Amino acid sequence: MIDLLAQADNALDGLKAVGAGLGYGLAAIGPGVGIGLVVGNAITAMARQPESAGMVRTTMFLGIAFTEALALIGFVVFILLNFA
Amino acid sequence: MNQLLAAGNGDSSGGLHFPAIESLLEWPGFLFEGNTFFELNKVGLIYIWAMVAPLVIFILAIRKSALVPRGVQTVAESSVDFVRENIVMQTMGPDGMRFMPFLLSLFFFIFFANITEVIPFIQLPANARMAAPAFLAILVWVVFNAVGIKSQGFFSYFKNTVIPPGVPGALLPLVAVIEFVSTFLVRPFSLAVRLFANMLAGHLLLVTFAVLCENLWAKNFLVSIIWAPFVVLIGLTGFEILVAFLQAFIFTILTAVYIGGALHPEH
Repeated sequence: MIDLLAQADNALDGLKAVGAGLGYGLAAIGPGVGIGLVVGNAITAMARQPESAGMVRTTMFLGIAFTEALALIGFVVFILLNFA
Repeated sequence: MNQLLAAGNGDSSGGLHFPAIESLLEWPGFLFEGNTFFELNKVGLIYIWAMVAPLVIFILAIRKSALVPRGVQTVAESSVDFVRENIVMQTMGPDGMRFMPFLLSLFFFIFFANITEVIPFIQLPANARMAAPAFLAILVWVVFNAVGIKSQGFFSYFKNTVIPPGVPGALLPLVAVIEFVSTFLVRPFSLAVRLFANMLAGHLLLVTFAVLCENLWAKNFLVSIIWAPFVVLIGLTGFEILVAFLQAFIFTILTAVYIGGALHPEH
């Protein structure tokens, strides 16, 4: 019985690790695409109008910051599942 | 770093042993220890350094100020210029200049607490602990709400924030709830988590490659691939300098955007 419980515990730990890894991977997909879009379009804008590069760069960092937050929350969930 | 070395040296039986995350982040107090209010550990010491270092830089810059800046005065002046041109002017315009001291202090405090991540023998970003990012986020939350209430009045600030202009009536309840949650709850949370998670991730990345280097160093037959993680480690160190700067910049610019939004409602 104790053996079974220990096994179940191990299995639960394994599932936690798998879930954490998968969760982080899934959480990184959207922001990855999003940051690519943001930066790509910012580069297009800067290439078309180099004199507005400063403003575009500031806005680009803002966009990156907002997009990236989702991936970071995924990372925090990963840390919590694995270590907390 | 000591724990890191200990973790690598302690076992010679083979296999890669990643140190427990507690031993990377939880440091024992070494001054006034034993749960007193003044107990100080490495993280606290880094925060004190992050507070003192900018002060020293600016005091030195003022004491030896010349018309043509040299040395430390160049650093101080160009950083002030950077915050003014790239953060305040881009987001709030000239009437945001009165928040310049606040934003500059934020920028310097966060940057100096982050940059210890790559300074040899310290190698711990103090912002990888949640306490200070959370406190700074709450501070920013209080500041931008106070600015909004002061410049627009309580009810009109609340109305302008929750009800964006040009929303059709049927969608209004939904939009109002979303705007309320995103402005008053998600903003401070994401501000704190962004800084914390970025620094923690960077720290873990550096530790991972340092452990890898160390373990390969102990195994002679792997000598042909020893250089690979070391090169990556050096590259990542450079990358983390960029991240430390970028996170300070992003935290400050988001603060400026929030204060600017509270100053001038959308029309």
